[in-house]
Amino acid sequence: MHHLFKTFARLPLLAATASVVVLAGCASQVPLDDKKAAVSSASASSAANAATASQIAAAKAALGKVKPSIYFDYDKFEIKSEYQPTITAFANYLKADVKARLVIEGNADERGTTEYNLALGQKRAEAVSKALGVLGVAANRVEAVSNGEEKPRAKGSTEAAWAENRRADPLLK
Amino acid sequence: MTIPTSQFVDALKRWRPWVVRGLLCSVFCISQAAAQTPLRIDITGVGTRQIPVAVAPFDSTEPALKFSRTITDVIRADLARSGVISIVDAGTPTPALNERTPTEPLFVEWKQKGAQAVVIGSNSISADGRVETRFILLDTLRNESLGGLAINAPSSELEARRTGHRIADFVYEKLTGEPGFFATRLAFVRKDADVYSLVVSDSDGQNTQIALRSKEPLISLAWSPDGTQLAYVSFEERNGVNKPIVYVHTLASGKRAIVANERGSNSAPAWSPDGKRLAVVLTRDSNSQIYLVNADGSGIRRVSRTNGIDTEPTFSPDGKTIYFTSDRGGSAQIYRVPVEGGEAQRVTFNAAFNARPQVSPDGRYLAYITRKEKQFRVGVMELSSQQETIVSDGPKDDSPSFAPNSKWIIYSSQLKGRNVLSAVSLDGKLRTRLSAGESEVKGPAWGRLP
Repeated sequence: MHHLFKTFARLPLLAATASVVVLAGCASQVPLDDKKAAVSSASASSAANAATASQIAAAKAALGKVKPSIYFDYDKFEIKSEYQPTITAFANYLKADVKARLVIEGNADERGTTEYNLALGQKRAEAVSKALGVLGVAANRVEAVSNGEEKPRAKGSTEAAWAENRRADPLLK
Repeated sequence: MTIPTSQFVDALKRWRPWVVRGLLCSVFCISQAAAQTPLRIDITGVGTRQIPVAVAPFDSTEPALKFSRTITDVIRADLARSGVISIVDAGTPTPALNERTPTEPLFVEWKQKGAQAVVIGSNSISADGRVETRFILLDTLRNESLGGLAINAPSSELEARRTGHRIADFVYEKLTGEPGFFATRLAFVRKDADVYSLVVSDSDGQNTQIALRSKEPLISLAWSPDGTQLAYVSFEERNGVNKPIVYVHTLASGKRAIVANERGSNSAPAWSPDGKRLAVVLTRDSNSQIYLVNADGSGIRRVSRTNGIDTEPTFSPDGKTIYFTSDRGGSAQIYRVPVEGGEAQRVTFNAAFNARPQVSPDGRYLAYITRKEKQFRVGVMELSSQQETIVSDGPKDDSPSFAPNSKWIIYSSQLKGRNVLSAVSLDGKLRTRLSAGESEVKGPAWGRLP
């Protein structure tokens, strides 16, 4: 489930004077969903209302059975019914694992301008965020952000590549 | 013969190159060479009528003046690149400037070769070791001087190029009646493999300096009006999340400051003409909406208020109006709204997709991206007449940016699937292209010298 992992590949930011050299740190590769699961299961025993570790594990298992990404039509941001199970599974997981946070990354195909596509990706991420809100997920546990057309999963200028890139990815943190 | 020394020459600030001092990294050591593919400039369209000009060599055998040849080369290349001037062979090196007269044989020879104007110049070392470059522009038809300049600069390749650009600007303005655009700077993003570089160069793509490198995308570059800072959007990781954040980067010092890092995405910075604040796009209240923020990141104030997308803000040169893209009418179109509030007014109607507006510095034109026959092209609208000219061919052009003289536009384009930079005159006829071999270059912003 590569999409649930987040790679912290960073890079030294080189500033330009003798006095200032900006460094952004070292690279690491952390499977965040596993880490969050471990943290929340440790806290579950002390939290009166928290779900049990087994409930979290069940919600996590359910996540593995749904489509991990939500796809959209050209210049559109409506969530199609086929992705409702994905929305529901993420909502259930966030309810079970009270420490988890979700970042939803919206994406756009390459057609159009850089910033308009950033806004389109944002609108897709927000559509997912709102759908989670309808299912009772608190707004402060979800952040909708956009990659615009900057991080295409599929390269090329074909209909298939464009369709792959009109997408929102919910990423557990 | 006396040469008028332009007031502005003395007022020029000293050019301070910002130098990447070292690569202090342990994990991702990026090869400097990876980003050093030389930029190549090609002239892809020229005017039907060109003014023939000879540029006599500024050469010198004096070791301290070893960059003299560069000055000559830069003047010639700039003028040729303009598309409206052709370079006539100036023959062999010539005697020093103070020995020339308009009646000497060489001058007659240039005239016979068809040169309507001749640039004659020379260099000398001033008492403090700097290079003094003097030149005059002669009109061979009327046998008269069109003026000249004395430029004093440190002895370096970079400064020699600057001097060449200034002379080319002088010649261009005298011969065409339009301000030149050679002594200006470009910023753009270069991508080599997985590394994004924020690059600043002279207008001809030379003198490149890398201001920033990142593994994450850099987009939406915007020069501060005084040419000392760049605003941009970086997707670099902060607090465990990769998302777009707006930075302002001071080039001379390399210092960066976050201007907007609100919940959600932060993007599309545009400077107000006085340089005191920026328009940005934030999503903190849900939806991409336009906000104003002081250049130090304080005082965020919402400008647009719709349920849809409002983005790509840009100021009119008088600072009173913001042009922007909105989908409020069902498709992406350009609107304008008074900065201090009021009704938004739709500006574009000619296509189902019009976006990314930029107003020319003289306030007369709007450049934008328009979708014509499934191709994204650069459109130019004369604001007074609303007359539209399509100046590029697509298929995926983006990020149009006006030269400081309002006569040219640089934009992102694709050539055989690779991102290159293209520049075009407002009428679409004169064209040049800036490419970087295997590297991708995109997102250009054209700025003035500091």
